[in-house]
Amino acid sequence: MFLGRVIGRVVCTRKAEGLEGVALQIVQRLDEAMHDLGTPFVACDTAQSGLGDVVFLEDGREGCYALPVFLVPVDAVILGHVEEVTVPDRGIAWREAR
Amino acid sequence: MFLARVIGHVVAPVNHRVFEGHKLLLVRPVDPQEKPAGAAVIAVDRVDAGVGDRVLVIHEGSSARDLTGEPNGPLRAVIVGVVDDVELETP
Repeated sequence: MFLGRVIGRVVCTRKAEGLEGVALQIVQRLDEAMHDLGTPFVACDTAQSGLGDVVFLEDGREGCYALPVFLVPVDAVILGHVEEVTVPDRGIAWREAR
Repeated sequence: MFLARVIGHVVAPVNHRVFEGHKLLLVRPVDPQEKPAGAAVIAVDRVDAGVGDRVLVIHEGSSARDLTGEPNGPLRAVIVGVVDDVELETP
């Protein structure tokens, strides 16, 4: 699993079977210093995320176990919303703004 | 499995049963000489590791599901050991 920030969303009226009703978000992966890492990608969302939310994701096949329909082939799923990230030796003590 | 250093932790409300009661730790993969060997990942802690520990991490789905006892657990990375020592053949 890894950290990401939701930077956008994708709407597809025609989707693969099993993805009906599954929100598709555009995610920017974050490194442990909360800096952007790599190219933004599209992930299925199981955490009702909003724009700007910091989330954690699974990028393996295992992410599909979190979807409503069993064993839909996906390769990136938002598993949860992050409230706090602490990395003492990098001086990171990020907390979600309330 | 890979060696890693625990560099931080992540706090997130539990969204899936498999995460209940377990810490989410940020681990950086390292090689046996402690040089960083890849991007940090989030792993479920099963051995009460802490920031600064050197740990053993499994990063494979079916093993993670067996370890957590969750046949439908949406995760791959699980911390399975706190490493006390690593011995390497001297070249």
